[in-house]
Amino acid sequence: MLENTTIYNQLRAKLMDNNITDRMEKVPCRNLPSKWSFIALVFLLTISFSQSTFASTSFLPTQTADTVAGEKLFKTNCAACHKLGKQATGPALRGVGDKYDREWLYKWIRNSQELIKSGDALAIKLFEENNKAVMTAFPTLTNEDIDNIIAYTYTPPPPPVDICAVNPELCSDEGSEGGISNNIILGILVLMFLMLIVVLVLVNKTLRRFAESQGVQLEEKEKATPIWRAFVENQFLVLSTAIFLLLSAGYFAYGWMMQVGVDQGYAPVQPIHYSHRIHAGVNEIDCNYCHSSARRSKTSGIPSLNVCMNCHKTISEVSADTQTEGQSKYGVDYNAEIQKLYDAVGWDVATQSYTGEESAVKWIRIHNLPDFAYFNHSQHVIVAGVECQTCHGPVEEMEIMEQFAPLTMGWCINCHRDTNVNVTDNEYYEKIHEELAKKYGKEKFTAAEMGGLECGKCHY
Amino acid sequence: MASNKKYWKSVEELNENSSIVETLQQNEFVEPIPTDDFLGDKETLEASSTTRRDFLKYVGFTTAAASLAACEGPVIKSIPYVVAPDEIVPGVANYYASTIADGYDFANVLVKTREGRPIKIERNDLAKHGGSVNARVHASVLSMYDKERLQSPKVNGADASWDELHTEVAKKMNEMAGQDIVLLTQTFASPSTSKLIADFKTKYPNVRHVIYDAVSSSHAADAFQTKYGTRGLADYDFSKAEVIVSVGADFIGDWQGGGYEAGYAKGRIPKDGKMSKHFQFEANMTLSGANADVRVPVTPSDQEKVLAALTGGSTSGLADHVAEAVNKAKDQLRKAGNKGVIITGIQNVPAQTAALNYNEGVGSEVMDTDRPRLTAMGNNAEVANVMNGVVNGSVKGMITVGVNPVYSFPHKGFAEAYNNLAFSLAFAMKEDETAAKAKLIAATPHYLESWGDVQLKKGTYSLMQPTIRPLFDTQQFQDCLVQWTDNGDSYYNYIKDTWANTILADGGSWSQALHDGVYESDVEITTDADTIDTTETLETSTSSGALNSVQEGMELTLYAKTGLGDGQQANNPWLQELPDPITRTTWDNYVTVSAADAKTLGLENWNVANGGLNGSLVNVKMGDVTIEKVPVLIQPGQAQNSVGLALGYGRKAAVQTEMQTGVNAYPLYLDFSTSQKGVRLEKVSGEHEFACVQLHNTMMGRDIIRETTLEIFNTNKKDKHGGYVWNPVPQVSKDHKEIPVSSPDADLWEAFDRSVGHHFNLSIDLNACTGCGACVIACHAENNVPVVGKTEMRRSRDMHWLRIDRYYSSEDSFAGDSEKKDNISGLGSSLSEFNEMETASANPQVAFQPVMCQHCNQAPCETVCPVAATSHGRQGQNHMAYNRCVGTRYCANNCPYKVRRFNWFLYAENDEFNYNMNNDLGRMVLNPDVVVRSRGVMEKCSMCIQMTQKTILDAKRDGRPVKKDEFKTACSAACETGAIKFGDINNSEDEITELKHDKKRMYHLLEAVGTEPNVFYQVKVRNTNEA
Repeated sequence: MLENTTIYNQLRAKLMDNNITDRMEKVPCRNLPSKWSFIALVFLLTISFSQSTFASTSFLPTQTADTVAGEKLFKTNCAACHKLGKQATGPALRGVGDKYDREWLYKWIRNSQELIKSGDALAIKLFEENNKAVMTAFPTLTNEDIDNIIAYTYTPPPPPVDICAVNPELCSDEGSEGGISNNIILGILVLMFLMLIVVLVLVNKTLRRFAESQGVQLEEKEKATPIWRAFVENQFLVLSTAIFLLLSAGYFAYGWMMQVGVDQGYAPVQPIHYSHRIHAGVNEIDCNYCHSSARRSKTSGIPSLNVCMNCHKTISEVSADTQTEGQSKYGVDYNAEIQKLYDAVGWDVATQSYTGEESAVKWIRIHNLPDFAYFNHSQHVIVAGVECQTCHGPVEEMEIMEQFAPLTMGWCINCHRDTNVNVTDNEYYEKIHEELAKKYGKEKFTAAEMGGLECGKCHY
Repeated sequence: MASNKKYWKSVEELNENSSIVETLQQNEFVEPIPTDDFLGDKETLEASSTTRRDFLKYVGFTTAAASLAACEGPVIKSIPYVVAPDEIVPGVANYYASTIADGYDFANVLVKTREGRPIKIERNDLAKHGGSVNARVHASVLSMYDKERLQSPKVNGADASWDELHTEVAKKMNEMAGQDIVLLTQTFASPSTSKLIADFKTKYPNVRHVIYDAVSSSHAADAFQTKYGTRGLADYDFSKAEVIVSVGADFIGDWQGGGYEAGYAKGRIPKDGKMSKHFQFEANMTLSGANADVRVPVTPSDQEKVLAALTGGSTSGLADHVAEAVNKAKDQLRKAGNKGVIITGIQNVPAQTAALNYNEGVGSEVMDTDRPRLTAMGNNAEVANVMNGVVNGSVKGMITVGVNPVYSFPHKGFAEAYNNLAFSLAFAMKEDETAAKAKLIAATPHYLESWGDVQLKKGTYSLMQPTIRPLFDTQQFQDCLVQWTDNGDSYYNYIKDTWANTILADGGSWSQALHDGVYESDVEITTDADTIDTTETLETSTSSGALNSVQEGMELTLYAKTGLGDGQQANNPWLQELPDPITRTTWDNYVTVSAADAKTLGLENWNVANGGLNGSLVNVKMGDVTIEKVPVLIQPGQAQNSVGLALGYGRKAAVQTEMQTGVNAYPLYLDFSTSQKGVRLEKVSGEHEFACVQLHNTMMGRDIIRETTLEIFNTNKKDKHGGYVWNPVPQVSKDHKEIPVSSPDADLWEAFDRSVGHHFNLSIDLNACTGCGACVIACHAENNVPVVGKTEMRRSRDMHWLRIDRYYSSEDSFAGDSEKKDNISGLGSSLSEFNEMETASANPQVAFQPVMCQHCNQAPCETVCPVAATSHGRQGQNHMAYNRCVGTRYCANNCPYKVRRFNWFLYAENDEFNYNMNNDLGRMVLNPDVVVRSRGVMEKCSMCIQMTQKTILDAKRDGRPVKKDEFKTACSAACETGAIKFGDINNSEDEITELKHDKKRMYHLLEAVGTEPNVFYQVKVRNTNEA
C-alpha cells in the first residue's frame, strides 16, 4: 500500500502538471471555451441578472476581473477538490461569490482553519456541512487572484454536446434514409439488368426465327469430350489431384487444429468498459500502479476497486472531448462507466461518501493460462526486467483489452531461447554466472541455457 | 465316428424324467430373456420414426457436435476485491502464528494462508516448548473445511439464531438455579478461559466445572499433584537422557500429550561415539517400542512388577528373559545416574508416583517438574462422578464444550440418561453423538477461526488467532461466556485485557506476542486445573484401576492411533488414509493379538489374490461389555496373553458414511484406564477386508535399511574397498575387476555436470526417524495428494507420494536376518529358509524408512517414457510433466523404488471418491501452486519443486544469494525430529553437504542398481552393545 500511495502522489502531481500545460484533455471542466463565447455568455448573464427584480448587492463579474487568469488559478489550486457545477470533495463553486461576503471569502480561502478556530459561526457551519474536510490553506493568493477565480466560477455550464453534429451516423434518422435510397438504386439497377437480359433473349429468338425463315443453315457444333470426362479418364491427373487435395486438406486441418485453445486476440466485453488507452496511454499511468502484485506475485492482479477510487474519487466524469470521442468512436458513455464503478464500490457522489453497499465486479479473464502451466509475473517483471508490452502488446493503445500473445508453449520457449538472462546487479547470479562464464567461456546466457527449458520449471 | 460314449452336461441328465432337461432341450435359456424390459412396449416402439440407422446417425452427429463445441474455451471470471486488505497480495502466501488446543493436541503452529484461506499448518520454530506438530495437527486444517460442520446454532433440533440460543440458555439457567449443572469441558489450559469460567461460576453458583479428557492422563496428573502440590504433568527433555526406561509409556506416540520425539531423536544420533539407550517394556507394539534398543513385550499387569523391580523391588515373579532385561536396565540406569529416567504409562497413581520418585531421587536432568505441562488436566474421579451423576439423575443439566461424552463415556446408560436431562447444551463444531442428543447446540468455530490463549507449559504462553473469518454462523464458547458474564464485548478484547494485566505486565508487547504466537514469562496464573484439589477425588482415583482385581482372560491395552487420536477428527479423510506406522493399515481399527495367541484362538490373517489383507473377526467381551465383529490383526511383538485396540474409531454421528470406520472401543475404557483385564476374544464367522498398504513385512536379509550397532560403529573398521564395514559401497565387475558402483566407469550413461547452480539432495536419518507420519500429511497438504478411499487402498492404489515403510526382523534382529540369508546354501535350503524369513519374529526389531521418489541422476523411469513426460532437471529433481503423460505406466514398472503413483480415476469432483476434493468446502484446502492431477497420469514426489522454485525466486527478486539451509520441502519442514533434511549440496554451508559426505553413515537405497539417487539415507545405529 505504501508503494501505491507514493505512486498515487506522483500521479497526482503529474495530473496537476498537466492542468497547467493544458495537456490534460481527459479530466473534466478543462475544455477552454473560447474567450469570445465566454464574453458573450457573461454578457447574457449580466442581462439576465439586471433584468431580474432581485436587487443584488453582491459582486457581479465585470470585465476588470480576468477570468482567464482565474481559470488557470482555479485549475492549479482548486480543481483537485472543487468542481464548478458539482459536489466533489468540496462543494460546487459556481456562483460562490453570491453566497458569501467577499472579505469573508478572502479569509476563508487563505486559511479556513484559522477562521474556524476564531469561532466564526458561518465557517464552522460550512466546515461541518462538508464532513469536516479540511480545506488546504492558500496564504499566497492575493485578493486579485481570488477575485479572478471567483470571476471564473461564473462560467456557465457548457451546452450539451450535439452528438449528431459530431457523428451523424449515430443519429439514426439520416442513416436509415440513406439506407433506403441505396436499396432503391440497387433495385432499379437489378431491374434494368433483368430487362436487358429479356431483350437479349428476345432479339436472339427473333434472329433465329428470321434465319429459319430465310433458310440459312446454322452450323451445329461438334460435341467434344467434356473436360470433366477427360479429367476422369486421365488417371495420373486424378491421382496427383487427389494427393494435392489430401495434402492441402491436411495442411489446413493442421493449421486449424493448432489454433484450438489459442485465444490470441480474445477481447471479451467487460462488465465495465475500461479503457487502457485512456489510463495507460493518454494519462501514462504506470502499469504497476494498478497491477501492483505483478512485482511481488505470480499473478499481476486485477486491481481492487479501492485502487480505482484513489483517482476516481475526484474524477467523476471525463472531459467533454473525451466523452464525445468515446461516444463517436467507440459508442461508449465513459461517464456512465465511471458511474458503474461508483455503484460497485458504493460511492455516493452527492454526499461524497461510501454507502457501504458493495458489489463485486466480475471481470472476464482474458489471459487464461492452463492450470498445469506455472507462470510468475514477478520473475519476469522484476528479475528479468521484461516490459509488460513484450507479452501484452501495446496495451496503451487498446481501447478494449485483448490477448496479444498466443500464450502457447512454443511462444514461451522461443522467448526463453532468445532472451539473455539479466544477471547484472543481482547477487543471486554472481557465483553462478562466474562459474558458468568460466566453464563455457562466454558472458551471456539465455534463459534456455540456464535451465529455462526444463519441464519441471513450469509444470508442477 | 461312431462312439458309444455319451457326455453328460450334468447329473440331472441321468434322470430321464427330469423336467429341467426337458425344458433345456426346448429352450436355450431357462428364464425368458427380458426383451420387453429394454424394448419397451410395442406401441411406442412402432410409433417411433427413428430407425436403427437414424439412431446411429444421431449419435454420430451429436458426438461430432459435442467435440466441436468443446473447442470453445469457457468464459472465466476474475473477481477482484472491492476493498483489498493491505496484507493480501494474490498469489503470495501469508503466515500467521497460532496455537492448536483441541483438548487432545496442543501445539504452536504457523498457518499458511493463501488469498485469505488457510491451506497448511507448519511448525512454529520460535516455540521452544511448542508441543508436537504431529500428523493430526497437520491435518487439522482440513477439518475446518469439513462439510459436516454445524452451520448455525440449534434450539431443540431446529436451526436458530444466536439471540434465540442465548435467550433460551439464560431462561434455562435461571429456571434451574440451585440444581446441579455440570460444565464438562476439554482441557483448555487457557488463562483467560479459566478466568471466564470462574466468573461464570460466580454468576451461577450451581455450576460445576469438570475437565474431561477423552483419553485421560489423570493418574499421572494426580501423582504429580500429590507430590508437588500443583496439578500438572512432568515434562521430559529426552535429549539430555543417556538411559531411558519406559514401562508401558508410548512417549513417542501420544503418552501424556506426546511431543517428545524431537528431544528423543536428538539423543539418538551417535555423537562422539555416544547415543542414548532406550529400554521399552510394553504390551502393544508402539512407536516407542519400535524405536527402542531393547524392547520386552510385557503384559500390563507384569509391567507393574517391572516398574517395582526397577524402582528398588525384586524381579521375582517375572519371566527369566524379562528379569534379565530389567536387571540390565537397572545396571544402565545406575551408571547413567542423573542422566537416566524412568517413565511409565501404568494406569495408577502409585506407579506414576514411583516413577516420579525415582527420577526425583536420582536428580534426573531429563525430568522438569518446575515447569510442568498443563495439558490433559482432567481427573478421572470427578469425571466418573459426573457420568454416574447423569445416569442416576443427580445431575440435572449439562453444558459440554469440545467433548463428546455420549460417544466416549464407558457407560451404557449414559446416552439415554443424557437424553433425559432437563438442560443440555453442547458447544460443538459438528452435530456429534452428544450434540445430536443435546437440546441446545451452540455451533463453535474451528481453532483456525478463533481467538484464544494457551499455557502449554508453566511459563510458556501461546496465542491462538483466527486466520479466516468464520465460515459459518458460529460463536466461540468463550465469546458466549463473555456475553453471559457481562465481561465486555468480545473474547478478543478480554484476552488482550487479561494479558495486559498479567502476562505482559512486565512490559511485553502484545503485537510481538501475537506475531510470535508464543511468549515466555515468569508470571504465574491460576488455571482451571488448579481447582481440582480435593483430596477426596485424588484418593478415589488411587484406588481405581481394573488391574487390582484379578480376573480370568486376556489383558487389553487401549491406545490412541497416530491417525485419529481420540477420534475428534474422524471425518478427516487424510487421517483415515494415513497408514498406521506400525501395522501400515488404513481406514480401520482392529484387535492386535500375538501370533501365539492367534494360533490358540484359531485367528488368522491372510492375503487374497489381489494382495489385499484379510483377517478373522472376533467378538471382544469384557464383563458385560461386548464389542461385536472386531477384525483381528496379528501383531508381531504383541505381548502374549495381551491384546490391543485403538480408541477413536466407530464414530457415526456427523461422520460421512465412507469414514464411519472401525469399532468404538470407548465402552471398554472402564475407569478411564487404558489397561483392562478379563478380556475374552470369541471367534465369529466371516472375514474382514483390511486396507493394508504393506504386504511384505520383512527385508529378507537385504540391506534396504542398513543398520549397525554402536559398538561396531565406534570401531571405525573399514573393508578392503575402503568403505566402512557396516556401510560398504557395492562393487560391480568391469573387465573382471571389481569397481565401486558409484564410479563413473560403472555407468552406461554420460552424467550431467551438476557442479554449477543448485543441486538438491534430501537426507533421511534412519536414527532420528520415529515413524510419526507428520511428513506424510504435510506432503498431502502441500502437493494436493488425493484421498482414494478404503477399497482403492486395499488394491494398493494409494497415492501417497511419501510412504514410511516399516520392516520387522524375522530373526531376533536384522543382523540375524542377514546372517541367515548369507548362510543359505542349495536350492532346498533357500526355498524353506527364504519362506521362513517372510514371517516376522515374535518380538522383532523394527525399522522405519520414509521412501519417496529418489530423484535418481540415472533414472530408470526417464529412459522408458515413450513421450518424455518425465525428465531430469539440472538441479537434481526428476520432473514429471502431467500434461504430457499418456499413462503407459512403463515408468512405474521400471522404478526400483516403487514410488510412482498412477491416477486410476479422477479423484477430484467425482462422486465415487466423495472426499474433500469432491465438495467446494474441502477443495478450499488445495494448494493453488500445485496442479490437481487428472485421471490417467502418473504422479510422484517432485521434491517440492514449487517450494525450491519459490526460494530461488525470492532470492533473485531480492538480489541476494540463497541463505544457508533456506531450501525446504514439505516433509523436511514438517519433520520434528530433524530426520529429513533438505538442501543444496553445491552450497558448502548447507547442512546437507556435510551429511552427503559423511562416509560413515550416508548410503543410497538399492545403491547396487546404480541409479545414483539424490535422496540418501543415514545408516541406523542401534545402541545394543552389551555393557
